[in-house]
Amino acid sequence: MSPFVRRLIAAAALVSVPALVSAHRGWLLPSGTVFSGTDSWVTVDAAISNDLFFFDHQPLRIEPMKVWQPDGSEGQLQNGATGRYRSTFDVKLDKPGTWKIGLVQNAVMGSFKADGVEKRIGRRGPPRPGDAAALTVADIPANATDVKVVEMSGRNEIFVTAGEPTTKVFATTGKGLEFVPITHPDELVAGQPARFRFLIDGNPAAGLKATVVPGGKRYRDAEGARELVAGPDGVVTVTWPTAGMYWLNATATDAKPTTPRANERRMNYTTTLEVLTP
Amino acid sequence: MRPSRFALLAGAIGAPAAAGTVTVTIPKLDVAEYHRPYVAIWLEPAGGGTARTLGVWYDVKKRGNEPGTKWLADLRAWWRKGGRSMAMPADGVSGATRAPGQYSIPLPADLKPGQYILNVEAARETGGRELVSVPLSIPKPTARAAGKAELGAIAVSPR
Repeated sequence: MSPFVRRLIAAAALVSVPALVSAHRGWLLPSGTVFSGTDSWVTVDAAISNDLFFFDHQPLRIEPMKVWQPDGSEGQLQNGATGRYRSTFDVKLDKPGTWKIGLVQNAVMGSFKADGVEKRIGRRGPPRPGDAAALTVADIPANATDVKVVEMSGRNEIFVTAGEPTTKVFATTGKGLEFVPITHPDELVAGQPARFRFLIDGNPAAGLKATVVPGGKRYRDAEGARELVAGPDGVVTVTWPTAGMYWLNATATDAKPTTPRANERRMNYTTTLEVLTP
Repeated sequence: MRPSRFALLAGAIGAPAAAGTVTVTIPKLDVAEYHRPYVAIWLEPAGGGTARTLGVWYDVKKRGNEPGTKWLADLRAWWRKGGRSMAMPADGVSGATRAPGQYSIPLPADLKPGQYILNVEAARETGGRELVSVPLSIPKPTARAAGKAELGAIAVSPR
């Protein structure tokens, strides 16, 4: 393992870019996904842990969290609070349709050697008082060697529906790894297969690897994770053995970063899905 | 229900023309905390298609912050099959929750002949949820089924 990779893993344990490189799992857990009427509130736990969905490690930060209303416009996050192990916040679902709640994170990490000294790009964790400003790719001198720069982007989002489901919040940007449900994520039923398409830069993510892990880890022996591979059309088919909350994660790595000097791009997509009984 | 010509003619009999009658039994349960169940009764064409809701029993009167409609989504199958697109209260369809006992609902007279699935779903606060589905054919529907916990006997008769 190169010192660079080791450093990435160390960085993963910290809160600044948790979902991007972490062996730990970042997750959002809604109190429900299917709501009646427009008086309902959804309350969400956000944390990073190994066992799903138990908060026992680190909270996910609230600051980058966003709400998309059914019409695609930005909504309001309320009553946010961050504790030792989890963050929690509410969203008032006062408009009918499907809402999206989550975060998009981008980071650039790397290292280079200049005059025989190894230096790091990017910062591990939030800045502390007295810290010098983190180096960026612009600080790489002309005589630098061993330049390794990784561009990381991640999405972690959930979908909740008041009344009839809608699809406007599934609109894609054509950038990075994106999730395009074919089966609506708020219409998942145990025993019925669901199909989701993944795109990379707007094109089907053929051969993409995805993992599905059921919640309730503490109350069973097996991890229960299933590894899935997308077909040539970027579509992953998931079957749900039982009702419950499931964590879905997909990752991809390629050599098409958009950041100058970067030589690698790592993409990550995470969502939490609720499966109901038939 | 639309009054039909026959109903007007047969005033002495009193019952409007219907394709049949569904009888739903809500069982008496010996539990510490009992609330009357939310119940939805609907028909689906056997080959798939739009569901037609015949009855929804919920807490019609509860208003305010947490109106009775809030828990309609707990009738999960019905909600997904079309309940979520209905406005409540719905004329001739929705009504108050019922105490344990037997209740009869007419099958609509304008049902086209064919195969259908009758679904009855019950969800109870601090209790369970159950879905009973039974096939039936129009005209002359007869069917019999029974729930295990939240629902009792379900019967369909041609009259």
